[in-house]
Parts: sequence; structure tokens; C-alpha cells
Amino acid sequence: MHATVCDMIADLVQNSIEAGASQMTLEVSTGPEKVDVSVVDNGKGMDEITQQKAMEPFYSEAGKHDHRCVGLGLPLVLQTVEAAGGIVTIQSNLGRGTTVRFHFDIKHWDAPPMGNLAQTVLGLMTFRNTTNLILKRKTPAGSYEVSQNDLVDALGNLQEAGALILAKEYIESQESDLDQSNQPD
Amino acid sequence: MAKLTLEMLRTLRKEQQKTMVKRDPTNKDMHVIVGMGTCGIAAGAKDAFSAKGITNVLVRQTGCMGLCHSEPTVEVIVSGMPGVIYGNVTKDVAKQIVQDHLIGKKLLDNHICDKPAIDIIHK
Repeated sequence: MHATVCDMIADLVQNSIEAGASQMTLEVSTGPEKVDVSVVDNGKGMDEITQQKAMEPFYSEAGKHDHRCVGLGLPLVLQTVEAAGGIVTIQSNLGRGTTVRFHFDIKHWDAPPMGNLAQTVLGLMTFRNTTNLILKRKTPAGSYEVSQNDLVDALGNLQEAGALILAKEYIESQESDLDQSNQPD
Repeated sequence: MAKLTLEMLRTLRKEQQKTMVKRDPTNKDMHVIVGMGTCGIAAGAKDAFSAKGITNVLVRQTGCMGLCHSEPTVEVIVSGMPGVIYGNVTKDVAKQIVQDHLIGKKLLDNHICDKPAIDIIHK
């Protein structure tokens, strides 16, 4: 489940949504040396004690989804990133929001693969239409930004299959353009 | 793939909507709900979640449907047919659902997992 960086991103963004965030900014920077990801949300945040508990296995806020929530999202991110020699940090302010950031060396033996970012972001942008997810994507040769609100503005309800197909093409085209710019000449 | 701009996206969407209205005079949407709880994602729901072909379909994600043993699950609601939940939906089964159920209006008998209980259907 945390086989790829995208799996971890999906878990973190879902945590933000469940914390009641109306806006999340996902920054994904990749380069020849490292991967750097951050999720900033304006959800309800956590106090110091909750922040520490959140990083421990099997802790989950009561009432989120009691019957099935295991409480392993953050601990698994921690384990995966640390196994790759990386670092995870959490900053949170009760009532204001949370930022989770992690980075690791892409050349490490245990570095997790990226996964399909376009598909993951698409899934997250269409998860709930009460939130706005902003993706800021950076690489050495180029960057792009896309927000859920922009896509809804251009396409209408993202739950309609037609809009979904076009949104997917849009994000994939931004990613493949970056891939091409980053190819060695 | 050439990089799309938001303007191009708007234009493509308008063209797509013109074609849609021509094709379906009743304009009744079909609902496809993909169980995307962590168990669904672990089992491969993200592969099943690739809309293709027809466009008068609403694709929604839901959290865990409680059928973890049969993930990935997809619930399909088409007016005039019983609502069903398909289990063990692979990419190929997903394509079959689009072809046989959504377009052909036939159930995939071998993949039906469950139906929502009568008492929880809100209609």
C-alpha cells in the first residue's frame, strides 16, 4: 500500500480531507538527486500531543471511520521514507492546519518508486468536490501548477465521465511535457 | 502528448458536450461508484478507475464499502436496471462493465458481489 510515493501522497491528502480542509497544496519536486513532497492543508490541525501520537502506529482520531480505520497512514510514510534515508516532518496548529513534508535521496537502495502521479492527483481532485487541491510540480527543467478549481472551471462537474477523461489528459500532458524537458540531450 | 492549456480544455469540453446531447435524448446519467478506501486502492481500484468511451456517466469515489474481501468493488446504477455491486474488478472486468453493462445494458452475472440491502436504499 505504501509501495510508491504516490500511495503516500494519496494517504496524506486523504488525511487532510478528513481533517476538514477546504484547500490543500501538494508540492512535488523531483530531480536527479532527490524527491521532495509537501502537503499543506487548512484543516483543523493538531495539538502537540496529537501530533506525536499521529506518528505512532494504530492511532486514529475517534470518529473518523471507526469500523475500518487502522491508523497506519503516517507511520507507514515514516517507515518508508526513513528506510530510504529520508526525513518526515509535521507542523501543525490546532484550528489552522497541518503541513506534512518528506524528502529522500532518489538514489538510495530502498528509495520507493514514484508511481503514477497524474492518475493519483486526478483521483484526489475528484474525491470530493468540497475541497480544492492545488498541485505544484517542480523539476530542474520546468514546472507547472494545476488546481482542482481551475479544472472545474474549465470542465464543470469532475464526476462526469467526459470531464474526468479530459482532466486526466490535461494532467498527463503537463507531466509528459516535463518528462520531455528533463530528458538528457 | 502535446501540453494542453486550460483554454484548450474548455474548448474540448464544449465540443464533447455538444456530441453528448446529440447522442442521448433522455439525458439520464448512469452512476459508477468506485470503492476507493485504502483496501480498494491496495487491491488495485486505481486501475479500475479509468473512465473511457461513453460520457453520460457520473463516476464517484467512495470510501470503503465494507466488502474488503472482494475489493476492488464498483457499484453501477443505470436507470431501468437493478443497482449492483461488482467485486474483484480488474482492468479487464472494468472494460467489460463499460461494454456490457453501461453500453449493452446487460449485467455481468459472474462478477456480481452484492446488492445494497433494501433497508439502506434511499429512493
